[in-house]
Amino acid sequence: MLRIQCPICGLRDQTEFHCGGEAHVIRPANPEAVSDEDWADYLFYRTNPRGVHCERWVHVHGCRQWFNIVRDTVTHEVHEVYAMGEEPSSMAGQGEESSA
Amino acid sequence: MSRYSGFSLIRHALTGHRHWQRTWRDPEPKKHYDVLIIGAGGHGLATAYYLAKYQGVKHVAVLEKGYIGGGNSGRNTQVSRSNYYYPESGAFYEHALQLFESMPRELNINTMFSQRGILGICNSRHEAELYRRWVNAVGMNGIDTELLSREQIKKCVPHINLDCRFPIWGGFIQKRAGISRHDAVVWGYARAASAAGVDIIQQCEVIGLESSDSRITRVNTTRGDIEANQVALCVAGHSGHLAAMAGLRLPISSVALQAMVSEPVEPILHTVLMSAHIHVYVSQSDRGEIVIGGGADMFNSYAQRGALPIQHDNMEALIELLPIFSRLRMLRQWAGVCDMAPDVSPIIGKTPIENLFVSTGWGTGGYKAIPAGGDTLAYTIANNETHSLIKPFQLDRFTTGRLIDEGAASGVAH
Repeated sequence: MLRIQCPICGLRDQTEFHCGGEAHVIRPANPEAVSDEDWADYLFYRTNPRGVHCERWVHVHGCRQWFNIVRDTVTHEVHEVYAMGEEPSSMAGQGEESSA
Repeated sequence: MSRYSGFSLIRHALTGHRHWQRTWRDPEPKKHYDVLIIGAGGHGLATAYYLAKYQGVKHVAVLEKGYIGGGNSGRNTQVSRSNYYYPESGAFYEHALQLFESMPRELNINTMFSQRGILGICNSRHEAELYRRWVNAVGMNGIDTELLSREQIKKCVPHINLDCRFPIWGGFIQKRAGISRHDAVVWGYARAASAAGVDIIQQCEVIGLESSDSRITRVNTTRGDIEANQVALCVAGHSGHLAAMAGLRLPISSVALQAMVSEPVEPILHTVLMSAHIHVYVSQSDRGEIVIGGGADMFNSYAQRGALPIQHDNMEALIELLPIFSRLRMLRQWAGVCDMAPDVSPIIGKTPIENLFVSTGWGTGGYKAIPAGGDTLAYTIANNETHSLIKPFQLDRFTTGRLIDEGAASGVAH
Protein backbone atom coordinates (compact mmCIF):
# COMPACT_ATOMS: atom_id res chain seq x y z
CA MET A 1 0.00 0.00 0.00
CA LEU A 2 1.31 3.45 -0.94
CA ARG A 3 1.03 6.27 1.56
CA ILE A 4 1.13 9.65 -0.08
CA GLN A 5 1.71 13.06 1.47
CA CYS A 6 -1.09 15.24 0.12
CA PRO A 7 0.20 18.85 0.11
CA ILE A 8 -3.12 20.03 1.61
CA CYS A 9 -4.32 17.16 3.82
CA GLY A 10 -1.14 15.38 4.89
CA LEU A 11 -0.24 11.69 4.83
CA ARG A 12 -3.08 9.51 3.53
CA ASP A 13 -3.55 5.97 2.16
CA GLN A 14 -3.37 5.15 -1.54
CA THR A 15 -7.11 4.39 -1.69
CA GLU A 16 -7.94 8.10 -1.33
CA PHE A 17 -5.97 8.98 -4.46
CA HIS A 18 -6.13 8.40 -8.17
CA CYS A 19 -3.06 8.37 -10.41
CA GLY A 20 -3.25 10.65 -13.46
CA GLY A 21 -0.20 9.24 -15.22
CA GLU A 22 3.05 10.83 -16.26
CA ALA A 23 3.62 14.48 -15.29
CA HIS A 24 4.96 17.25 -17.53
CA VAL A 25 3.40 15.97 -20.78
CA ILE A 26 2.87 19.18 -22.74
CA ARG A 27 0.11 19.55 -25.31
CA PRO A 28 1.51 20.97 -28.54
CA ALA A 29 0.59 24.64 -28.76
CA ASN A 30 -0.64 24.47 -32.34
CA PRO A 31 -2.08 20.99 -33.08
CA GLU A 32 -2.74 21.78 -36.77
CA ALA A 33 0.95 22.37 -37.33
CA VAL A 34 2.10 19.16 -35.63
CA SER A 35 3.06 16.07 -37.63
CA ASP A 36 1.14 12.82 -37.11
CA GLU A 37 4.22 11.32 -35.46
CA ASP A 38 4.52 14.16 -32.93
CA TRP A 39 0.80 14.12 -32.24
CA ALA A 40 0.95 10.32 -31.63
CA ASP A 41 3.89 10.92 -29.30
CA TYR A 42 1.86 13.45 -27.34
CA LEU A 43 -1.25 11.26 -27.19
CA PHE A 44 0.11 7.76 -26.68
CA TYR A 45 3.82 7.59 -25.91
CA ARG A 46 4.89 7.76 -22.28
CA THR A 47 8.31 7.48 -20.70
CA ASN A 48 7.48 4.41 -18.59
CA PRO A 49 10.87 4.24 -16.83
CA ARG A 50 11.99 1.37 -14.63
CA GLY A 51 12.99 3.56 -11.69
CA VAL A 52 12.29 7.22 -10.95
CA HIS A 53 9.03 8.52 -12.43
CA CYS A 54 7.35 11.94 -12.21
CA GLU A 55 3.59 11.54 -12.10
CA ARG A 56 0.35 13.42 -11.35
CA TRP A 57 -2.02 12.31 -8.61
CA VAL A 58 -5.32 13.70 -7.42
CA HIS A 59 -6.66 13.45 -3.87
CA VAL A 60 -10.01 12.35 -5.23
CA HIS A 61 -11.55 11.30 -1.90
CA GLY A 62 -10.13 14.30 -0.04
CA CYS A 63 -9.39 17.86 -1.05
CA ARG A 64 -9.63 16.95 -4.78
CA GLN A 65 -6.44 18.84 -5.55
CA TRP A 66 -4.00 17.70 -8.23
CA PHE A 67 -0.27 17.58 -7.46
CA ASN A 68 2.90 15.89 -8.70
CA ILE A 69 5.06 13.26 -7.08
CA VAL A 70 8.41 11.66 -7.82
CA ARG A 71 8.08 7.91 -7.25
CA ASP A 72 10.25 4.88 -7.92
CA THR A 73 8.39 2.34 -10.07
CA VAL A 74 10.42 -0.59 -8.69
CA THR A 75 10.45 0.15 -4.94
CA HIS A 76 7.28 2.33 -4.99
CA GLU A 77 9.10 4.78 -2.70
CA VAL A 78 7.78 8.36 -2.95
CA HIS A 79 10.80 10.67 -3.12
CA GLU A 80 9.12 14.05 -3.40
CA VAL A 81 5.75 15.76 -3.59
CA TYR A 82 5.53 19.07 -5.47
CA ALA A 83 2.89 21.41 -6.83
CA MET A 84 1.42 21.43 -10.32
CA GLY A 85 3.48 23.66 -12.59
CA GLU A 86 6.66 23.13 -10.56
CA GLU A 87 9.69 21.07 -11.48
CA PRO A 88 10.92 18.43 -9.05
CA SER A 89 13.87 19.76 -7.06
CA SER A 90 15.67 16.55 -6.16
CA MET A 91 15.28 14.85 -9.53
CA ALA A 92 16.02 17.75 -11.89
CA GLY A 93 17.67 15.54 -14.51
CA GLN A 94 14.87 12.97 -14.39
CA GLY A 95 12.25 15.68 -14.70
CA GLU A 96 13.79 16.78 -17.95
CA GLU A 97 13.77 13.21 -19.25
CA SER A 98 10.11 12.65 -18.42
CA SER A 99 9.02 15.84 -20.14
CA ALA A 100 10.58 14.68 -23.43
CA MET B 1 14.05 -36.21 -27.38
CA SER B 2 12.27 -39.30 -26.13
CA ARG B 3 8.51 -38.96 -26.41
CA TYR B 4 6.20 -38.81 -23.43
CA SER B 5 3.55 -41.52 -23.43
CA GLY B 6 1.73 -43.89 -21.12
CA PHE B 7 4.20 -46.56 -22.19
CA SER B 8 7.26 -44.41 -21.31
CA LEU B 9 5.70 -43.62 -17.93
CA ILE B 10 5.33 -47.35 -17.16
CA ARG B 11 8.84 -48.10 -18.44
CA HIS B 12 10.38 -45.38 -16.24
CA ALA B 13 8.26 -46.48 -13.28
CA LEU B 14 9.78 -49.96 -13.56
CA THR B 15 13.29 -48.47 -13.28
CA GLY B 16 12.41 -46.20 -10.36
CA HIS B 17 12.19 -43.01 -12.47
CA ARG B 18 15.99 -42.75 -12.45
CA HIS B 19 16.52 -42.40 -16.21
CA TRP B 20 14.32 -39.53 -17.37
CA GLN B 21 16.13 -37.28 -19.85
CA ARG B 22 16.71 -33.59 -19.27
CA THR B 23 13.64 -31.75 -20.52
CA TRP B 24 15.68 -29.15 -22.42
CA ARG B 25 19.39 -28.66 -22.99
CA ASP B 26 21.42 -26.08 -21.04
CA PRO B 27 23.94 -24.81 -23.62
CA GLU B 28 26.57 -22.10 -23.32
CA PRO B 29 25.71 -19.05 -25.46
CA LYS B 30 27.39 -18.99 -28.88
CA LYS B 31 28.90 -15.85 -30.41
CA HIS B 32 26.39 -15.59 -33.23
CA TYR B 33 22.80 -16.61 -33.97
CA ASP B 34 20.44 -16.13 -36.89
CA VAL B 35 17.65 -15.04 -34.56
CA LEU B 36 18.04 -13.99 -30.94
CA ILE B 37 14.89 -13.83 -28.86
CA ILE B 38 14.99 -11.91 -25.60
CA GLY B 39 12.64 -13.29 -22.97
CA ALA B 40 11.93 -16.99 -22.40
CA GLY B 41 8.32 -16.76 -21.39
CA GLY B 42 5.53 -18.35 -23.37
CA HIS B 43 5.75 -15.88 -26.26
CA GLY B 44 9.55 -16.04 -26.61
CA LEU B 45 9.69 -19.83 -26.44
CA ALA B 46 6.73 -20.27 -28.80
CA THR B 47 8.35 -17.89 -31.30
CA ALA B 48 11.59 -19.90 -31.10
CA TYR B 49 9.71 -23.17 -31.54
CA TYR B 50 7.80 -22.07 -34.65
CA LEU B 51 10.95 -20.50 -36.13
CA ALA B 52 12.97 -23.69 -35.73
CA LYS B 53 10.22 -26.20 -36.50
CA TYR B 54 8.19 -24.53 -39.25
CA GLN B 55 10.22 -21.64 -40.66
CA GLY B 56 13.46 -23.58 -41.10
CA VAL B 57 15.65 -21.14 -39.16
CA LYS B 58 18.66 -23.11 -37.93
CA HIS B 59 20.39 -21.04 -35.28
CA VAL B 60 17.93 -19.60 -32.77
CA ALA B 61 18.56 -18.70 -29.13
CA VAL B 62 16.24 -17.49 -26.37
CA LEU B 63 17.81 -15.42 -23.59
CA GLU B 64 16.21 -15.29 -20.16
CA LYS B 65 17.41 -13.15 -17.27
CA GLY B 66 15.87 -15.47 -14.65
CA TYR B 67 14.39 -18.89 -15.30
CA ILE B 68 11.99 -19.81 -18.08
CA GLY B 69 8.37 -18.98 -17.45
CA GLY B 70 9.28 -17.07 -14.27
CA GLY B 71 7.70 -13.83 -15.42
CA ASN B 72 4.12 -13.37 -16.53
CA SER B 73 3.93 -16.91 -17.96
CA GLY B 74 4.06 -18.10 -14.36
CA ARG B 75 1.93 -15.28 -12.98
CA ASN B 76 -1.31 -15.46 -14.94
CA THR B 77 -4.69 -17.09 -14.38
CA GLN B 78 -4.22 -19.47 -17.36
CA VAL B 79 -7.41 -18.55 -19.23
CA SER B 80 -7.83 -19.02 -23.00
CA ARG B 81 -10.76 -17.53 -24.91
CA SER B 82 -11.57 -15.81 -28.20
CA ASN B 83 -14.78 -13.92 -27.39
CA TYR B 84 -13.42 -10.61 -28.66
CA TYR B 85 -15.54 -7.82 -30.07
CA TYR B 86 -13.49 -6.58 -33.03
CA PRO B 87 -12.92 -8.85 -36.06
CA GLU B 88 -9.14 -8.31 -35.96
CA SER B 89 -8.93 -9.51 -32.38
CA GLY B 90 -11.43 -12.31 -32.96
CA ALA B 91 -9.41 -13.76 -35.85
CA PHE B 92 -6.15 -13.60 -33.93
CA TYR B 93 -7.39 -15.01 -30.62
CA GLU B 94 -9.43 -17.72 -32.35
CA HIS B 95 -6.21 -18.87 -34.04
CA ALA B 96 -4.63 -18.96 -30.58
CA LEU B 97 -7.54 -20.91 -29.08
CA GLN B 98 -7.37 -23.51 -31.86
CA LEU B 99 -3.64 -23.88 -31.31
CA PHE B 100 -4.34 -24.43 -27.59
CA GLU B 101 -6.75 -27.19 -28.63
CA SER B 102 -4.09 -29.00 -30.66
CA MET B 103 -1.15 -28.16 -28.38
CA PRO B 104 -0.89 -31.48 -26.47
CA ARG B 105 -0.38 -33.38 -29.74
CA GLU B 106 1.79 -30.67 -31.25
CA LEU B 107 4.18 -30.51 -28.29
CA ASN B 108 3.75 -34.06 -26.92
CA ILE B 109 2.93 -32.78 -23.46
CA ASN B 110 -0.25 -32.78 -21.43
CA THR B 111 -1.19 -29.11 -21.10
CA MET B 112 -4.34 -30.12 -19.18
CA PHE B 113 -6.41 -27.83 -21.40
CA SER B 114 -9.88 -28.00 -19.93
CA GLN B 115 -12.54 -26.36 -22.12
CA ARG B 116 -14.89 -25.66 -19.26
CA GLY B 117 -16.20 -22.44 -20.74
CA ILE B 118 -15.87 -18.84 -19.73
CA LEU B 119 -19.01 -17.25 -18.34
CA GLY B 120 -19.24 -13.47 -18.34
CA ILE B 121 -22.04 -12.08 -16.23
CA CYS B 122 -23.65 -8.66 -16.46
CA ASN B 123 -24.71 -6.68 -13.41
CA SER B 124 -26.99 -4.05 -14.97
CA ARG B 125 -29.67 -3.66 -17.64
CA HIS B 126 -27.29 -1.60 -19.78
CA GLU B 127 -24.58 -4.19 -19.57
CA ALA B 128 -27.13 -6.87 -20.52
CA GLU B 129 -27.96 -4.91 -23.67
CA LEU B 130 -24.29 -4.49 -24.50
CA TYR B 131 -23.73 -8.21 -23.99
CA ARG B 132 -26.42 -8.99 -26.56
CA ARG B 133 -24.60 -6.75 -29.02
CA TRP B 134 -21.30 -8.30 -28.04
CA VAL B 135 -22.55 -11.87 -28.61
CA ASN B 136 -23.79 -10.82 -32.07
CA ALA B 137 -20.44 -9.23 -32.89
CA VAL B 138 -18.56 -12.33 -31.76
CA GLY B 139 -20.93 -14.44 -33.88
CA MET B 140 -20.18 -12.22 -36.88
CA ASN B 141 -16.51 -13.00 -36.25
CA GLY B 142 -17.40 -16.67 -36.74
CA ILE B 143 -16.93 -17.56 -33.08
CA ASP B 144 -19.44 -19.46 -30.98
CA THR B 145 -20.82 -17.84 -27.84
CA GLU B 146 -24.27 -18.05 -26.27
CA LEU B 147 -26.39 -15.71 -24.19
CA LEU B 148 -27.49 -17.15 -20.85
CA SER B 149 -30.49 -16.25 -18.72
CA ARG B 150 -30.33 -15.90 -14.94
CA GLU B 151 -31.72 -19.42 -14.58
CA GLN B 152 -29.11 -20.88 -16.92
CA ILE B 153 -26.36 -19.12 -14.96
CA LYS B 154 -27.73 -20.56 -11.72
CA LYS B 155 -27.64 -24.02 -13.28
CA CYS B 156 -24.06 -23.48 -14.42
CA VAL B 157 -22.84 -22.07 -11.07
CA PRO B 158 -25.33 -23.26 -8.39
CA HIS B 159 -23.66 -21.34 -5.58
CA ILE B 160 -23.92 -17.95 -7.26
CA ASN B 161 -25.78 -15.15 -5.51
CA LEU B 162 -27.94 -13.79 -8.35
CA ASP B 163 -29.35 -11.00 -6.20
CA CYS B 164 -26.08 -9.56 -4.99
CA ARG B 165 -25.56 -5.82 -4.59
CA PHE B 166 -25.48 -5.34 -8.37
CA PRO B 167 -28.01 -8.05 -9.34
CA ILE B 168 -27.13 -10.35 -12.20
CA TRP B 169 -29.20 -9.75 -15.33
CA GLY B 170 -27.76 -12.51 -17.47
CA GLY B 171 -24.53 -13.44 -19.10
CA PHE B 172 -22.84 -15.15 -21.98
CA ILE B 173 -20.62 -18.13 -22.31
CA GLN B 174 -17.95 -19.28 -24.73
CA LYS B 175 -17.95 -23.01 -24.14
CA ARG B 176 -14.68 -23.73 -25.97
CA ALA B 177 -12.78 -21.32 -23.71
CA GLY B 178 -11.02 -22.77 -20.73
CA ILE B 179 -7.92 -23.06 -18.63
CA SER B 180 -4.70 -24.98 -19.07
CA ARG B 181 -1.63 -25.65 -16.98
CA HIS B 182 0.58 -22.63 -17.63
CA ASP B 183 3.83 -24.34 -16.65
CA ALA B 184 3.08 -27.21 -19.03
CA VAL B 185 2.65 -24.72 -21.88
CA VAL B 186 6.01 -23.08 -21.10
CA TRP B 187 7.81 -26.38 -20.53
CA GLY B 188 6.19 -27.90 -23.62
CA TYR B 189 7.41 -25.11 -25.89
CA ALA B 190 10.85 -25.13 -24.22
CA ARG B 191 11.23 -28.89 -24.61
CA ALA B 192 10.03 -28.94 -28.21
CA ALA B 193 12.10 -25.87 -29.15
CA SER B 194 15.21 -27.35 -27.55
CA ALA B 195 14.64 -30.61 -29.43
CA ALA B 196 14.35 -28.60 -32.66
CA GLY B 197 17.80 -27.10 -31.99
CA VAL B 198 16.97 -23.87 -30.16
CA ASP B 199 19.45 -22.79 -27.46
CA ILE B 200 17.59 -21.76 -24.30
CA ILE B 201 19.98 -19.70 -22.20
CA GLN B 202 18.79 -18.92 -18.68
CA GLN B 203 20.41 -16.62 -16.12
CA CYS B 204 21.49 -14.37 -19.00
CA GLU B 205 20.29 -10.78 -18.71
CA VAL B 206 20.48 -8.36 -21.61
CA ILE B 207 22.24 -5.19 -20.45
CA GLY B 208 22.67 -3.37 -23.74
CA LEU B 209 21.68 -3.30 -27.40
CA GLU B 210 24.37 -1.89 -29.71
CA SER B 211 23.13 -0.47 -32.97
CA SER B 212 24.34 1.37 -36.02
CA ASP B 213 22.58 2.43 -39.23
CA SER B 214 19.21 1.55 -37.70
CA ARG B 215 20.26 -2.07 -37.13
CA ILE B 216 20.99 -3.94 -33.93
CA THR B 217 24.58 -5.11 -34.31
CA ARG B 218 25.32 -6.72 -30.98
CA VAL B 219 23.48 -7.72 -27.83
CA ASN B 220 25.39 -7.23 -24.56
CA THR B 221 24.49 -9.76 -21.90
CA THR B 222 25.73 -10.77 -18.47
CA ARG B 223 27.20 -13.84 -20.18
CA GLY B 224 29.06 -11.97 -22.93
CA ASP B 225 28.25 -10.24 -26.21
CA ILE B 226 26.17 -12.05 -28.82
CA GLU B 227 25.64 -11.09 -32.45
CA ALA B 228 22.46 -11.86 -34.33
CA ASN B 229 20.94 -11.21 -37.74
CA GLN B 230 17.56 -10.53 -36.17
CA VAL B 231 16.48 -9.75 -32.63
CA ALA B 232 13.01 -10.07 -31.08
CA LEU B 233 11.86 -8.55 -27.79
CA CYS B 234 9.36 -10.79 -25.99
CA VAL B 235 9.66 -9.28 -22.53
CA ALA B 236 6.12 -8.11 -21.68
CA GLY B 237 6.27 -5.42 -18.99
CA HIS B 238 9.95 -4.76 -19.57
CA SER B 239 9.49 -3.97 -23.29
CA GLY B 240 9.91 -0.24 -22.82
CA HIS B 241 13.04 -0.72 -20.75
CA LEU B 242 14.70 -2.92 -23.41
CA ALA B 243 13.46 -0.91 -26.38
CA ALA B 244 15.02 2.18 -24.78
CA MET B 245 18.41 0.42 -24.95
CA ALA B 246 18.00 0.53 -28.73
CA GLY B 247 16.74 4.12 -28.67
CA LEU B 248 13.19 3.04 -29.49
CA ARG B 249 10.15 4.48 -27.73
CA LEU B 250 7.05 2.31 -27.30
CA PRO B 251 3.52 3.43 -26.36
CA ILE B 252 3.53 1.02 -23.42
CA SER B 253 2.89 1.57 -19.74
CA SER B 254 3.89 -1.09 -17.23
CA VAL B 255 1.43 -1.83 -14.44
CA ALA B 256 1.14 -4.61 -11.88
CA LEU B 257 -1.75 -7.05 -12.18
CA GLN B 258 -2.20 -9.37 -9.26
CA ALA B 259 -3.93 -12.67 -8.68
CA MET B 260 -4.24 -15.09 -5.82
CA VAL B 261 -5.14 -18.67 -5.04
CA SER B 262 -6.89 -20.25 -2.10
CA GLU B 263 -6.19 -23.49 -0.30
CA PRO B 264 -7.23 -26.50 -2.41
CA VAL B 265 -10.83 -27.63 -2.01
CA GLU B 266 -13.07 -30.29 -3.56
CA PRO B 267 -14.32 -29.55 -7.11
CA ILE B 268 -17.01 -26.89 -6.80
CA LEU B 269 -16.62 -24.39 -9.66
CA HIS B 270 -16.86 -25.89 -13.14
CA THR B 271 -16.39 -22.85 -15.33
CA VAL B 272 -14.43 -19.60 -15.43
CA LEU B 273 -16.69 -16.94 -13.98
CA MET B 274 -16.05 -13.32 -14.86
CA SER B 275 -17.73 -10.06 -13.99
CA ALA B 276 -16.44 -6.94 -15.71
CA HIS B 277 -18.70 -4.68 -13.68
CA ILE B 278 -17.70 -5.64 -10.16
CA HIS B 279 -14.41 -6.77 -11.60
CA VAL B 280 -13.41 -10.21 -10.51
CA TYR B 281 -12.75 -13.44 -12.34
CA VAL B 282 -12.50 -16.81 -10.73
CA SER B 283 -11.87 -20.42 -11.67
CA GLN B 284 -10.75 -23.61 -9.99
CA SER B 285 -7.43 -25.16 -10.92
CA ASP B 286 -6.91 -28.88 -11.43
CA ARG B 287 -5.27 -28.95 -8.00
CA GLY B 288 -8.44 -27.62 -6.40
CA GLU B 289 -7.26 -24.10 -5.68
CA ILE B 290 -9.69 -21.27 -6.33
CA VAL B 291 -7.85 -18.85 -8.64
CA ILE B 292 -8.93 -15.22 -8.34
CA GLY B 293 -8.02 -12.19 -10.39
CA GLY B 294 -9.33 -8.69 -10.74
CA GLY B 295 -8.24 -5.20 -11.65
CA ALA B 296 -4.72 -3.95 -12.18
CA ASP B 297 -3.01 -1.47 -9.89
CA MET B 298 -3.56 1.68 -11.91
CA PHE B 299 -0.16 3.30 -11.60
CA ASN B 300 3.15 2.46 -13.27
CA SER B 301 5.02 -0.34 -11.59
CA TYR B 302 7.87 -2.70 -12.34
CA ALA B 303 7.47 -4.42 -8.97
CA GLN B 304 6.16 -7.95 -9.20
CA ARG B 305 3.85 -7.46 -6.26
CA GLY B 306 0.43 -5.88 -5.88
CA ALA B 307 -1.03 -3.57 -3.29
CA LEU B 308 -3.45 -4.61 -0.56
CA PRO B 309 -6.46 -2.41 -1.59
CA ILE B 310 -6.90 -4.31 -4.88
CA GLN B 311 -6.86 -7.61 -3.00
CA HIS B 312 -9.64 -6.28 -0.79
CA ASP B 313 -11.63 -5.20 -3.85
CA ASN B 314 -11.23 -8.62 -5.46
CA MET B 315 -12.29 -10.41 -2.29
CA GLU B 316 -15.32 -8.20 -1.74
CA ALA B 317 -16.47 -8.83 -5.31
CA LEU B 318 -15.85 -12.57 -4.98
CA ILE B 319 -17.79 -13.12 -1.78
CA GLU B 320 -20.62 -10.92 -3.01
CA LEU B 321 -20.98 -13.23 -6.01
CA LEU B 322 -20.11 -16.49 -4.26
CA PRO B 323 -20.76 -16.16 -0.51
CA ILE B 324 -19.79 -19.83 -0.07
CA PHE B 325 -16.15 -18.77 -0.58
CA SER B 326 -16.17 -16.37 2.37
CA ARG B 327 -14.31 -18.81 4.63
CA LEU B 328 -11.70 -19.88 2.08
CA ARG B 329 -8.16 -19.24 3.21
CA MET B 330 -5.84 -17.67 0.68
CA LEU B 331 -2.56 -19.46 0.05
CA ARG B 332 -0.58 -17.28 -2.31
CA GLN B 333 -0.76 -13.87 -3.93
CA TRP B 334 1.45 -12.54 -6.68
CA ALA B 335 1.63 -9.93 -9.43
CA GLY B 336 3.00 -9.70 -12.93
CA VAL B 337 4.17 -6.59 -14.75
CA CYS B 338 1.76 -6.01 -17.64
CA ASP B 339 2.59 -4.13 -20.81
CA MET B 340 -0.47 -1.98 -21.44
CA ALA B 341 -0.93 -0.35 -24.85
CA PRO B 342 -3.24 2.68 -25.08
CA ASP B 343 -5.90 0.65 -26.94
CA VAL B 344 -5.32 -2.53 -24.88
CA SER B 345 -4.36 -4.48 -28.02
CA PRO B 346 -0.99 -6.06 -28.76
CA ILE B 347 1.87 -4.53 -30.73
CA ILE B 348 3.57 -7.34 -32.61
CA GLY B 349 5.88 -7.32 -35.61
CA LYS B 350 8.45 -5.03 -37.16
CA THR B 351 9.81 -1.82 -35.69
CA PRO B 352 11.55 1.23 -37.21
CA ILE B 353 14.80 -0.59 -36.39
CA GLU B 354 15.33 -2.85 -39.39
CA ASN B 355 16.22 -6.13 -37.65
CA LEU B 356 14.38 -5.60 -34.36
CA PHE B 357 10.94 -7.14 -33.80
CA VAL B 358 8.65 -6.68 -30.82
CA SER B 359 5.91 -8.69 -29.22
CA THR B 360 4.35 -6.49 -26.57
CA GLY B 361 1.17 -4.75 -25.49
CA TRP B 362 -0.33 -8.06 -24.34
CA GLY B 363 -1.46 -6.25 -21.24
CA THR B 364 -3.57 -8.36 -18.93
CA GLY B 365 -4.23 -11.11 -21.49
CA GLY B 366 -0.96 -12.37 -22.92
CA TYR B 367 -1.31 -15.96 -21.82
CA LYS B 368 -4.18 -16.80 -24.15
CA ALA B 369 -2.20 -15.38 -27.08
CA ILE B 370 0.97 -17.44 -26.59
CA PRO B 371 0.70 -19.93 -29.49
CA ALA B 372 -0.64 -17.42 -32.02
CA GLY B 373 1.86 -14.76 -30.94
CA GLY B 374 4.69 -17.26 -31.44
CA ASP B 375 3.37 -18.56 -34.74
CA THR B 376 2.77 -15.16 -36.34
CA LEU B 377 5.94 -13.52 -35.03
CA ALA B 378 8.04 -16.48 -36.25
CA TYR B 379 6.50 -16.12 -39.71
CA THR B 380 7.14 -12.37 -39.68
CA ILE B 381 10.79 -12.75 -38.63
CA ALA B 382 11.59 -15.59 -41.04
CA ASN B 383 9.93 -14.04 -44.09
CA ASN B 384 10.51 -10.39 -43.19
CA GLU B 385 6.84 -9.95 -44.05
CA THR B 386 4.09 -9.24 -41.53
CA HIS B 387 1.77 -12.22 -41.01
CA SER B 388 -1.77 -11.38 -42.17
CA LEU B 389 -3.30 -11.99 -38.71
CA ILE B 390 -1.10 -9.36 -37.06
CA LYS B 391 -1.23 -6.68 -39.78
CA PRO B 392 -3.79 -4.71 -37.72
CA PHE B 393 -1.54 -4.85 -34.65
CA GLN B 394 1.40 -2.83 -35.94
CA LEU B 395 3.19 -0.03 -34.12
CA ASP B 396 2.23 2.55 -36.77
CA ARG B 397 -1.46 2.38 -35.81
CA PHE B 398 -0.82 4.99 -33.13
CA THR B 399 0.28 7.41 -35.85
CA THR B 400 -2.41 6.52 -38.40
CA GLY B 401 -5.12 6.46 -35.73
CA ARG B 402 -6.36 2.98 -36.75
CA LEU B 403 -6.61 1.75 -33.16
CA ILE B 404 -8.27 -1.51 -32.09
CA ASP B 405 -9.89 -0.34 -28.94
CA GLU B 406 -10.46 -3.49 -26.92
CA GLY B 407 -10.48 -1.56 -23.65
CA ALA B 408 -14.16 -2.16 -23.13
CA ALA B 409 -14.71 -5.22 -25.26
CA SER B 410 -11.99 -7.63 -24.24
CA GLY B 411 -14.01 -8.98 -21.36
CA VAL B 412 -12.56 -7.07 -18.46
CA ALA B 413 -12.82 -3.44 -17.49
CA HIS B 414 -9.69 -1.34 -17.83
